[in-house]
Amino acid sequence: MADAANQIPNRIPTNLVVNGVRRTLDLMPWTTLLDALRDHLELIGTKKGCDHGQCGACTVLVDGRRVNSCLTLAVMMDGAEITTVEGLARDGALHPLQQAFIDHDAFQCGYCTPGQICSAVGLLAEGRARDADEIRELMSGNLCRCGAYPHIVAAIQQVMGRP
Amino acid sequence: MTGVLDVLTHTHRPPVADKDEAWKDEVAPDEGSPFRPLYDDSIKFNGQPIALVVAEDWEIAKFAATLVRVEYQEEHAFATDLEAGRNKATEVKKPHEPRGDAAGALARAAVRHEADYFIPTEHHNPMELYATTVVWNGNGRLTVYDKTQGVQNVHKFLCSVFGKKPDDIRVLSPYVGGAFGSGLRPQYQVVLAMLGALALKRSVRVVLTRQQMYGLGHRPATIERVGLGAKPDGTLDAVTHEATAITSRYEDFSRNDSGWAEQLYKSPNSRYSHKLVRLDVSTPCDMRAPGAASGVCALECAMDELAVALKLDPIELRLKCYSDRDQSEDLPYTSKQLRECYARGAEAFGWSRRNPAARAMRDGNELVGWGMATGVWEALQMPVAVRIVLTANGHAEVSCAASDIGTGTYTIVAQVAADALGLPIENISVKLADSTLPQAPVEGGSWMAASSAHAVLGAAEDIRQDLARLASTMPSSPLAGVDAADVTLVNGTIASNGERNDAVSIADAMRYGKLERIEKQKLNQFAEDKSHARNTHSAVFAEVKVDEQLGVVRVTRVVSAVAAGRILNTKTGRSQIMGGVVWGIGMALHEETVMDHRFGRIMNANIAEYHIPVNADIHDIDVIFVEERDDRINRLGVKGLGEIGIVGVPAAIANAVYHATGKRIRRFPITLDKLLA
Repeated sequence: MADAANQIPNRIPTNLVVNGVRRTLDLMPWTTLLDALRDHLELIGTKKGCDHGQCGACTVLVDGRRVNSCLTLAVMMDGAEITTVEGLARDGALHPLQQAFIDHDAFQCGYCTPGQICSAVGLLAEGRARDADEIRELMSGNLCRCGAYPHIVAAIQQVMGRP
Repeated sequence: MTGVLDVLTHTHRPPVADKDEAWKDEVAPDEGSPFRPLYDDSIKFNGQPIALVVAEDWEIAKFAATLVRVEYQEEHAFATDLEAGRNKATEVKKPHEPRGDAAGALARAAVRHEADYFIPTEHHNPMELYATTVVWNGNGRLTVYDKTQGVQNVHKFLCSVFGKKPDDIRVLSPYVGGAFGSGLRPQYQVVLAMLGALALKRSVRVVLTRQQMYGLGHRPATIERVGLGAKPDGTLDAVTHEATAITSRYEDFSRNDSGWAEQLYKSPNSRYSHKLVRLDVSTPCDMRAPGAASGVCALECAMDELAVALKLDPIELRLKCYSDRDQSEDLPYTSKQLRECYARGAEAFGWSRRNPAARAMRDGNELVGWGMATGVWEALQMPVAVRIVLTANGHAEVSCAASDIGTGTYTIVAQVAADALGLPIENISVKLADSTLPQAPVEGGSWMAASSAHAVLGAAEDIRQDLARLASTMPSSPLAGVDAADVTLVNGTIASNGERNDAVSIADAMRYGKLERIEKQKLNQFAEDKSHARNTHSAVFAEVKVDEQLGVVRVTRVVSAVAAGRILNTKTGRSQIMGGVVWGIGMALHEETVMDHRFGRIMNANIAEYHIPVNADIHDIDVIFVEERDDRINRLGVKGLGEIGIVGVPAAIANAVYHATGKRIRRFPITLDKLLA
């Protein structure tokens, strides 16, 4: 029993399309999407704040939907399109949300920011938030300990084009 | 197990120093014996590291750590409950001397309020996990990437703990994902990573889990007992404030909780004291506005209770007691625009429309409450050295060991340098948080803005002197013979202060001097001046809406009017205050580290059950910077902003909750169970 528990299983070949680039990785079955991005693909923009899906710092887009990458096993994402904060800028121009975060000083230490921005991109795609109260509610899975929330809401409103 | 490289414990680890002095970092408490990770077999607190499993990758290490078997023996009964240990508290010496007969005056007061306010243990919970990467460079040399608020503090600490020469270790921390005081002292993961690297003679990274971060320092739980005695006209005759706080069994940590009334409110009689209860917990540490966040919270709730007893408006009471001098040393202030904070804040908030009666204001089903409080913090400044390298292409690199923990040090250093050197800000690059750079203290106490800015001015001044000398001796120079005092660096030129047309370009002057670069390093030390007190102040106004059936409290509006001298950058400065207000909302309504005293274990060591404000908890926050010119404190009149934003906010909210509901909750945080009770 103890021997079986200590046996290291085989790595599993996994295909991910990360920021438009197809990547093949041999991963342990327990490797999270977050660790795959950070430790295997060296995309360290995505942050680890709790590893328990409690803080949202690891938010990335999977097939356009925002997910906590720390709660996602990488091998289960075989074939999925992953967008991280590194994949948001186009042709050297920041994504409008990235620019809005700068315009509004929507961060202080910056650690939650990649997750906030990916989450906000997902939020806009969902089209569910119509006003500031709904933005606050639907962005509440992304913690910011510096307390930049009012500026985060203002940045998202700027891109939504709504007060 | 395959992939496991080593398991370090107190019986199997590289040698470390055995004297307490070697383990005392720059901000360690004076009294006590600092914690030494993996040093011996004694367990001091819940969450203490007892072994380090090092493996080829993180998942293997994490799994292997679960296989470590530990045998414990109970040495003595343990205690973690502050309230149960209150009668065993010992008094620590604090600078605030008693004045007059506070106890007698309180007993005789026409109107008296005395109560205990309880502030629970809180944890900083910066979003970034504590982590250290030690890079093994060979020949005993190590590069340490650490999460810290002071690279030179960690550098000195590691050299003394591991018996290394200064050149053997370099500590870097260029970006810090929040810290709020938790990174002032070297934390245990940096020791573990060093032990791992030295044992294996290879690079090692240690990343703490969120749960493990609850074994780091914390804001100590405190019982704040405040007594206020007033005459019927609302002037104070007695102030007493006794703080009883947790510390560990092995170090005496204490801050100024109880002395703040000395700076705010006139009273002929006063007594302030601070007591410690030594418990089986890790040593507390500084957490945003240490001492003041807790102590002023209690004081300002007590002032509100006194105002109710006197039937006075809370602002009117504070104005009646307003102190133009710091009573502890009977000193005037370098500046104190607190009156203006009350006026501007009240106006922006609409305070004049407040119905003074409790439970008198409603919005639909919700009760509405308006409360206010005063905030105060120290305006500290420390020696900092800065190096500026000006190159002939008109660029300058400014470097210093100071940290930027999200507070904006990079930005203001660049701003002040651009201004002093007369260069566009794009031409300034800033290097921070490398232990090999010029001297800086830990980044805390709100002292880094003033301290780093004046260090930049000092080095820039030396550069100006050199450039003036070149400009004054250049052939056919319009500035021939000019004195350094009579020129300013502006728009890439050395310009005469008199005629704006008399100018020499910096590039021409350097070319004339055959200089590719001018390098100046200077340590700025502020002249000691004990003739004045130095403080920042704020007036905080909060609106809450309370659903009485559910007990839910929402903080719908906060106005914080701050007087903190000259604001170097209103954009980042506003963010600092806003963040402080969010922290104050957390302190008032959400934050509490819950201990199961039967086991001495923290029950909510994660960021889902330790509640911090989320986006939906935060509504309108209006930050007002009240103009406060201060020619005495330092050349720029800068006071610092990191802490003042939180101080007073929890009390303003608690007072608003009372105004809404008529219920006075003195046990923080104000959760719905307390309102429904």
